[in-house]
Amino acid sequence: MPVTPDDVRRIARLARIAEPADRIDALTGELNGILKWVELLDEVDVKDVEPMSTAVQTPLPLRDDAVTDGGVRDAILKNAPKAEEGFFVVPKSVE
Amino acid sequence: MTDFSSLSLHEAVEGLRAKSFSAVELAQAAVAAAEAAQGPLNCFTSIDGDRALEMARASDGRLARGEGGALEGVPVAIKDLFAVRGVETTASSNILKGFKPEYESTVTQNLWDAGAVYFAKTAMDEFAMGSSNETAATGPVVNPWRAKGSAAKLTPGGSSGGSAAALAAGISYGATGTDTGGSIRQPAAFAGLVGVKPTYGRCSRWGVVAFASSLDHPGPFAKTVKDAALLTQVMSGHDPKDSTSLPGPVPDFAAAADRPIKGLRIGIPKEYRVDGMPGEIETLWREGAKWLEEQGAEIVDISLPMTQYALPAYYIIAPAEASSNLARYDGMRFGARVEGADLTETYEKTRAAGFGKEVQRRILIGTYVLSAGYYDAYYLKALKVRRRIYEDFTAAFETVDAILTPATPSAAFEIGSKAKADPIEMYLNDIFTVTANIAGIPAMSVPAGLDKDGLPLGLQVIAPALDEETMFAVAGALERAAGFTAKAEKWW
Repeated sequence: MPVTPDDVRRIARLARIAEPADRIDALTGELNGILKWVELLDEVDVKDVEPMSTAVQTPLPLRDDAVTDGGVRDAILKNAPKAEEGFFVVPKSVE
Repeated sequence: MTDFSSLSLHEAVEGLRAKSFSAVELAQAAVAAAEAAQGPLNCFTSIDGDRALEMARASDGRLARGEGGALEGVPVAIKDLFAVRGVETTASSNILKGFKPEYESTVTQNLWDAGAVYFAKTAMDEFAMGSSNETAATGPVVNPWRAKGSAAKLTPGGSSGGSAAALAAGISYGATGTDTGGSIRQPAAFAGLVGVKPTYGRCSRWGVVAFASSLDHPGPFAKTVKDAALLTQVMSGHDPKDSTSLPGPVPDFAAAADRPIKGLRIGIPKEYRVDGMPGEIETLWREGAKWLEEQGAEIVDISLPMTQYALPAYYIIAPAEASSNLARYDGMRFGARVEGADLTETYEKTRAAGFGKEVQRRILIGTYVLSAGYYDAYYLKALKVRRRIYEDFTAAFETVDAILTPATPSAAFEIGSKAKADPIEMYLNDIFTVTANIAGIPAMSVPAGLDKDGLPLGLQVIAPALDEETMFAVAGALERAAGFTAKAEKWW
């Protein structure tokens, strides 16, 4: 299933990366190359094989539902590109 | 001032305890060497002489009182992927330019608690995506090693190339790295160093900038196996802040490095003989097996039939996880922001300007394989292949105690030599290392010899999950037999 330049534009939009207009053709070629290469996996028999999303063998630990942190508003805002009066300043997102 | 550049970490620790030199002297030497090397090697993202001096003075105080931890007073370089409180942490990316975390990563905190001294952050491939340090926003790092009779600039490997270069240049006594597909073991092999990727969960990922969470492993670089074992020990430990952190105590890894290997069964997987691999690597591999046999180990031919599928599976799983992890860089709460006409355009412009080419390529691949209609065909399939690869190792470890392979398919190559090539050619660098990330099992590279151009080559030891002790014992045996003492000749 080859990727077209339109697919690359669509993926870039999904990934919220401004369309790399000058690189669409190059990217299409590179993505197709990589996708062609990973088709090697079609040789593997994965019938009845459970997907493995982690190498961790133990169940996820549970902890008490207790407040362990907080009261660090200024530290959190310190690296904000824009902050005012204890808030992040972001572009308007609700009409 | 004494020449400290050839000291191992253990020698530095012992020298400090014996008061042969002070932590302040050691820190000043590290900072001076770092500043002098930065122009030619470009291996640091920042150097902090003031903090180094302050921490070294505190170490000298503790040493004077007969106190101090396992690494008291020793400078350790930190890959720019680890959050160090108040120090710019960029993952060598423009999108994190100026980001100074208000918190400390667990691994670096463990190092400081043991008395290590901070002095510099090391450069890396952007977001740890690369095998040559050429994707760093600050430009390529240069390997202190050069081929005999040549001044061509070689890569120290990647992604933890800055850490490898800083250690190979004799600037630091240990360094941190992270290994998602080989990013510690490959640079270690390219720079004549020991590099360790412990069992998944041994070293906490908390405070480490995420690339592919299920494959990311923090670990150390060192000059000797024993140094690497001690650093692994200090960096490890259960961390409630990382839900995948391993519970339970950390064994005495440093002691394991001296353990005899008599009676151990060492597997030689036939699938690690790949086309185009230089004959010298094949010879060194055979020699490594002989060294282990001479020390009483039994060499066993084994098969890991899924090996060839590990890299293609990795190039689905890692970009998928990366595309999700890197969604946080949206220019809102931290990092760079490029204003657009509305929210979406601000996101899009910020990410287009902030991420480099390779990072964008991987985000696009990851987004594609996770998108509706392709998820099952690519992502789910890769996760199933992942289990088959894991089962290969489980089966092998029923008959052997550890596995010996080459660390890399080549020695260090010239910077720029793969720039025009297909991205897959660069990806193939990780062909021997990536399997251990997929399975989450411990693996390390040990310098074992020089090629015809005088460049270092490494061997890799892979062990079952949680059995770093056997891995360090086998690595120690290789080190003793190899007698690798070569150093990069100083030109920088």
